[in-house]
Amino acid sequence: MNAIERYSADFARIENALPGSSIGWLQDARRDALSRFAERGIPTTRDENWKYTDVSSLEKRALIAAPSPDRADAATLAASIERLALAAEYHLLVFVDGRYDRDLSWLGRLPAGATISSMAEVLERDPGLLEAHFAGEIWPHGAFGWLNTALAADGAVIHLEADTVVEQPVHLLFLATGSASAVHATNLIVAGNNAKVTVIEHYAGDDGATYFTNALTHIVIGENANVAHYKLQQESAKAFHIAGIHAKQAAHGRFASHSISLGAQLARNDISTYLAAGSHCELNGLYLADGRRHVDHHTRIDHAEPDATSSEVYRGILDGGARGVFNGKVVVHQDAQHTDAKQENHNLLLSKNAEIDTKPELEIYADDVKCTHGATIGQLDDAMLFYLRSRGLDEAAARSLLIYAFAHDIIDRMALQPLRKRLERQLIERLPLGSTEVSFSELLLDGQSGTGQ
Amino acid sequence: MLKVTNLQAKIDGKEILRGVDLEVRAGEVHAIMGPNGSGKSTLAQVLAGRENYEVTGGTVEYDGSDLLELAPEERARAGLFLAFQYPVEIPGVSNVYLLKAALNAVRKHRGEPELDAMDFLTLVKDKLKLVEISQEFLYRAVNEGFSGGEKKRNEILQMAVLEPRLAILDETDSGLDIDALKIVANGVNSLRSPDRAIIMVTHYQRLLDYIVPDFVHVLSDGRIVKSGGRELALELEERGYSWLEGDAQPAAQSGARAGAGS
Ligand SMILES: Nc1ncnc2c1ncn2[C@@H]1O[C@H](COP(=O)(O)OP(=O)(O)OP(=O)(O)O)[C@@H](O)[C@H]1O
Ligand SMILES: [Mg+2]
Repeated sequence: MNAIERYSADFARIENALPGSSIGWLQDARRDALSRFAERGIPTTRDENWKYTDVSSLEKRALIAAPSPDRADAATLAASIERLALAAEYHLLVFVDGRYDRDLSWLGRLPAGATISSMAEVLERDPGLLEAHFAGEIWPHGAFGWLNTALAADGAVIHLEADTVVEQPVHLLFLATGSASAVHATNLIVAGNNAKVTVIEHYAGDDGATYFTNALTHIVIGENANVAHYKLQQESAKAFHIAGIHAKQAAHGRFASHSISLGAQLARNDISTYLAAGSHCELNGLYLADGRRHVDHHTRIDHAEPDATSSEVYRGILDGGARGVFNGKVVVHQDAQHTDAKQENHNLLLSKNAEIDTKPELEIYADDVKCTHGATIGQLDDAMLFYLRSRGLDEAAARSLLIYAFAHDIIDRMALQPLRKRLERQLIERLPLGSTEVSFSELLLDGQSGTGQ
Repeated sequence: MLKVTNLQAKIDGKEILRGVDLEVRAGEVHAIMGPNGSGKSTLAQVLAGRENYEVTGGTVEYDGSDLLELAPEERARAGLFLAFQYPVEIPGVSNVYLLKAALNAVRKHRGEPELDAMDFLTLVKDKLKLVEISQEFLYRAVNEGFSGGEKKRNEILQMAVLEPRLAILDETDSGLDIDALKIVANGVNSLRSPDRAIIMVTHYQRLLDYIVPDFVHVLSDGRIVKSGGRELALELEERGYSWLEGDAQPAAQSGARAGAGS
């Protein structure tokens, strides 16, 4: 059985168990998505967009969606959540193997215009809220995106009426226990005009579990609205993780996207945004991989209208035989005069066998624009290492410090303190450190300086 | 304290040091002068342990032990300090963090307890005054975006905090305005003591008006070709280096041993 047949069988098996299966437009949308997926099939390395990322190892495993996964034991789940939660005051929506778990979640007080819930609940109570977002080709879907639309059983819905501000960040925690071998999750974030929200999309899995996360997040940003989105990927080291995050920004809308990729054996992120007049986006990313792991970011920024600005900085650290891919496309359309677009990608290769393919792409069809881009690939700098050692730091500590400083440039761009602290700690756990106990507690350019570069 | 004997070193296959002899005793200040490209920085970097250079012959004794056997950090902890001719910019690492990590590494080696944040800051603020650097510099990335003169002062700040036994200053005076030169000289002079030594690489007699050396050496083409007292610097200022070119003595004779007869 090939992939298309297998996923089609999967669909036939679970279709009627999916939430909202009796809703006509949704059933149509799912069937339509499946046929679009079937037209495309699973991408191969002959596909320009997948040239460096080979998903045949994922396909070989034939990971399928589970209609309703077995529940992991409550104590284990509670412990995982305790470990992964970021701050007591954050709204927390927990999804276990792709299904919303109300008992494990915690929602604080919300303003009148805010709906924060699971896809399944919204489909029961107020399906109309979602209809427009399931209609056909409005989003840049690839094969996995269509597959997601066909098979997704749940996900988060964050819907804000105009002028609604959600003060506390909303933490979406997707926990994989390994009992379902494929999880297709769809999230929708809609911020009406002048609305404001911060969302953390967080994927984590039990150590050693092999599973497939296929996530898709759509973000609609109204005029003057402001959405900050953090994606934290810390899947099990054996997991496959494929995710799409696609935003549309209306005039003067603001969007910040931070993508942190720490886990999974194969991770692919497609992140895109579409900028209307006077809007601004900031795309930041940090990826770490070692062993035989593979991490790929494809980003696309469409400057469709005048006076929008975008700034993108991605940094990667690759060790062992890891492979990284960065492809950042910026398209400045004909009407997008006075576009200001900056893009950087920097890579640190810690071993001879680590590899990175980096490709910034600029397509400019307007004439009055300011666009810069650049990519670097390098090892730890000898002169810097010697300088630090000549001041008494041992080699491992000097290496650690330089790696930490390299990555911290991205962490420094994040506004959420609890998340920053968490990432700093995780970063430190991965460093070579050595015999000099470098106390990283009052580290670097944190806080006091404000001169983060 | 330091005894360099017939030291030879290569980089990328090119011979740079061709038999350097130099002896420095506690309490002494030595100046090393010499034409561009003669190997002064190479000597300084080899003494500090830069691994890019291959030592192909000779020995270096420091406080009775084999300096060349030690890793750069071990040399630093044993009290050797190099102020770089070109201090390195380290994005993302704050000055204050490096100062603290460096000081604690040295203190740990000496068996002293690490300083807590309060004591450390008190100490650093004192040293900041000495080199007249504003506190704001502490929280900037190491040397990043510093002007040439600020980088040199920052080296002296590190030196003042670490209080090395043997300080090697590689053209710390280059690129300094007159006031900054006095400040740097102050910093160096405050470190002078009977149990410390200083080696200064410089092109200018002017520095030696502020920090009076006990010995002046001329390094030319990888060898010390002339040694003398401070008056040698004045003579060099007047006559340049060309008159010395014939003077190079074979390394094997250790002809230009500094400090001989004192
Ligand atoms: N990687 C290298 N390959 C070949 N030659 C090198 C290399 N690095 C340095 N050199 C050479 O070594 C010589 C000595 O350099 P060094 O920096 O020690 O000179 P210096 O006496 O400090 O000069 P200055 O007064 O200009 O600072 C120079 O001729 C330089 O070009
Ligand atoms: Mg030099």
